[in-house]
Amino acid sequence: MSNLIFVIFVFNLKPEALTDDYIKHKYDPILPQKDEWPVVKLSKSRKEFVKSVAEASKKRILGLTGGNVAVLKEELETTLYREKLRIKQNPWAVDPDDDYEFWNNVKGSLLQLSADISTPKIEKKKKYIAILDEITMRYAEEIASNFKHTHYKFTRSIITSGFARLLNAARVKGVKRLFSNQYSLQDKIQIIGETEQLRDLASKGTIIMVPTHFSNLDSILIGWIISVLGLPPFIYGAGLNLFNIDIFAYFMNSLGAYKVDRRKKNLPYLETLKTYSSEAIQFGVHSLFFPGGTRSRSGKIESKLKLGLLSTAIEAQRANYQKGINDISGKVFIVPVTINYHFVLEAPSLIKEYLSITGQERYYAESDEFSTSYKISKFLFKFFTKGSDISVSVGKAMDVLGHYVDKDGNSMDKNGRIIETRDYFISNGEVNLDTQREEEYTNRLGNRIVEEFHIINRVFSSHLVAFTAFQMIKKQNKKLDLFNLLRLPEEDIVLVYEEFKKEVQRVLDQIFELKANNKIHVAPHLRRGIDEIISHGLDNVGMYHAKRPLVKNSEGNIITEDMSLLYFYHNRLDGYDLEKLF
Amino acid sequence: MTLKNSSEEKTIGVVGLGSFGTAIARMLAEKNPVVAYARRAELVDEINQNHSIDGQPVSKNIIATQDPEMLCKSCEILFFMVPSSAFQEVVRAFSPYLYPYHIIIHGTKGLCLNLPNGKSLSDMKVISRENILTMSEVILKETVVVRVGCLAGPNLAKELSKGQPAATVVASKYNEVIHQGQNLLRSDKFQVYGNSDIIGVELSGVLKNIIAIASGALAGLGLGENAKGLLISRGMVELIYLGNALGGSLKSFVGLAGIGDLVTTCNSTLSRNYTVGYRLAQGESLETIQNTMSEVAEGINTVRLMKTFVEGTGMRAPITENLYKVLFEDLLIEDALQYLMKYPFSVDVDFL
Repeated sequence: MSNLIFVIFVFNLKPEALTDDYIKHKYDPILPQKDEWPVVKLSKSRKEFVKSVAEASKKRILGLTGGNVAVLKEELETTLYREKLRIKQNPWAVDPDDDYEFWNNVKGSLLQLSADISTPKIEKKKKYIAILDEITMRYAEEIASNFKHTHYKFTRSIITSGFARLLNAARVKGVKRLFSNQYSLQDKIQIIGETEQLRDLASKGTIIMVPTHFSNLDSILIGWIISVLGLPPFIYGAGLNLFNIDIFAYFMNSLGAYKVDRRKKNLPYLETLKTYSSEAIQFGVHSLFFPGGTRSRSGKIESKLKLGLLSTAIEAQRANYQKGINDISGKVFIVPVTINYHFVLEAPSLIKEYLSITGQERYYAESDEFSTSYKISKFLFKFFTKGSDISVSVGKAMDVLGHYVDKDGNSMDKNGRIIETRDYFISNGEVNLDTQREEEYTNRLGNRIVEEFHIINRVFSSHLVAFTAFQMIKKQNKKLDLFNLLRLPEEDIVLVYEEFKKEVQRVLDQIFELKANNKIHVAPHLRRGIDEIISHGLDNVGMYHAKRPLVKNSEGNIITEDMSLLYFYHNRLDGYDLEKLF
Repeated sequence: MTLKNSSEEKTIGVVGLGSFGTAIARMLAEKNPVVAYARRAELVDEINQNHSIDGQPVSKNIIATQDPEMLCKSCEILFFMVPSSAFQEVVRAFSPYLYPYHIIIHGTKGLCLNLPNGKSLSDMKVISRENILTMSEVILKETVVVRVGCLAGPNLAKELSKGQPAATVVASKYNEVIHQGQNLLRSDKFQVYGNSDIIGVELSGVLKNIIAIASGALAGLGLGENAKGLLISRGMVELIYLGNALGGSLKSFVGLAGIGDLVTTCNSTLSRNYTVGYRLAQGESLETIQNTMSEVAEGINTVRLMKTFVEGTGMRAPITENLYKVLFEDLLIEDALQYLMKYPFSVDVDFL
């Protein structure tokens, strides 16, 4: 295996299309003084910030209820009902001890208010607002990140040095193994694309990084990448379920995560969450959104994005313009990122969930395969000692309308003419708030991000072989729908190697044509001989699963041990019309 | 930006002064100053010097220009009223002067092809949805303007110019565009409805032209109202199927821009598309008809485009397919009618 890595590394030194090329690079921090980091400034004024978030979201909710007491009362009652249900049916370790008590008190206050007929309306309204106030304050406090610079430093050093130890322990032979620095994490995880632009803009404006999301490992991975690139920490919304596990909670907190509880779907919570994000962006803190909302269950690149958080980017941009901040310091940049894997630890359970949701609409509980620290450590050890490469592609920065920007952060139209993003928020000569307009802009931005994901996505040999094999099996069983196809007995499926090779070549040719039109990127290992590519793909596709999606049998033909997993890895190349080849 | 804030004084741009463009410019000029773009230099002079268009007096509120830059600088809201065959070219001419604060509403009931470089429709065996652009999609593709809307509905230009009562639909994804369109156009004699399904509304206006040609042909053959009733209702079904396949919603097709426009155009000798069908049935060739018409009948191009699209999807659209044969392959109208009468439509309505 170490030879293979070496080959890849050497290979990378050959000149190639610019963005496909990976050059190991050391990045200096863009803001050496931690006091200058926006996230540090934010954490220093955490208390006031939480308060202002709570206040702003209270105002938003009152705006949404149109100042109507009856509507507000109903929202509060719905919230109470759902929260009590959550506490009863789906309690988590991370929930605060006084959860039950708090909501019981809300219940008491609401009951008392509705039974009370003597209090005048205006007084009553005030009391309802007071209850709302308590709720938004509680939510804002709960959501807010606990970033601590010392913890951040510690965590970062653990990730970089600790993992480097593991890596070298596995790869370097002899006594020196424990002390060798021959391999670093950067050999293992390649960062390609518009890194310089990202660093540049991050020192001038506010960045919102939007990565694809396939694995729970992504959060840590991205955190590490941000630090390698010399960027100050980004804040990001991490599923509250991850905080159930101590080791994750520690990492998340120190990397600047704020908490997103997907069990809470009530209006006050969602509005507080959005307000938190919007206010933080306006504060100048770089953020990270996983725009798919959750890990891609199908293995496809996200095509439908959750627009809730994304809308806060547009809101914050408009708010900055309303405040008169028209220069780059108030500009919000969207930077799409794709993370490319040969192997996704959670694939078996993700695809199972996906199939059960699409197969029949039914409720499923948030489950977690990263359930114990032991499992995670085991995975990390495997990951770092055995070598399954990951690459991270950083896309071109865009403004909130999806226009590319130049090196000074100016938005450009497709002919390179500079345009003002501010003009998109103008009506009758002034920047104004129009929520319906911003909703449409959010949809638009979502579509642009999906487009960019497909462009910067980097094809690996494993995606190629999985895609081809699945499409061949599908073609051989034309009459079966997806669910019957996946239920085919695995022992009956054999792809003759020579035919498989021919088809892989066809798909590969088409991928290179897409690449020539700048619609996709490819890993350098796809430029080797076809047999080598196939064997590289077979070796890597879902390499640590108990049942492998693709293997060679004793006759040298291709078989699968798990159709669902094959489907999962195949899906990575969905959305390029490649299936038309079959 | 040098725009005035009061909506009363806002100058509105009108690009293209065909009959519909002129009618809209007149209506806009009742409330606001209008800058109109015309390609013919004589027309520009006539408007600016005599305040008339082809001899008909117009408001002094309308000034004309041949300069896209001047128009874009003086207006925040532009109405594009250019035939689909010239639409892309005109939009490209304006594109360098358009900025994100502009709002564009168009009134063109046609489609545009979007083919790979150097290809024409005859090179393509099949075309898919990506190869077809509605006019709003052309604007989005060619310019930085995002706030785009369209005008569609039963709006025969001659009737509008006489000030007869009518209504139209302004469709846009953006409520503010709809509101602007309503404020600018609404009057005692002109009602303006809003619709957020811009693609559906555009397609209604586009696809109804196919049926209008067929309707004219029936009249030209001397057939009666029963036949027309049959055609309009079956035509509606076809319109809905094609429209759905192109991404419009059913609701829009049964609205003013759909049924409303379909009924009007299928009954009116004022409609260009209807006239094409009528004269065909009277025995004239398509070439003669096109050469003697002063303005484009959008339906002809639409039939050609939709026939190719239908073939690619594997759908059946009997009226469109037969009309194509009549227009371009010398099938006799009588034979086409025979074919349609034998076509096995078994279910009356299966789309609601």
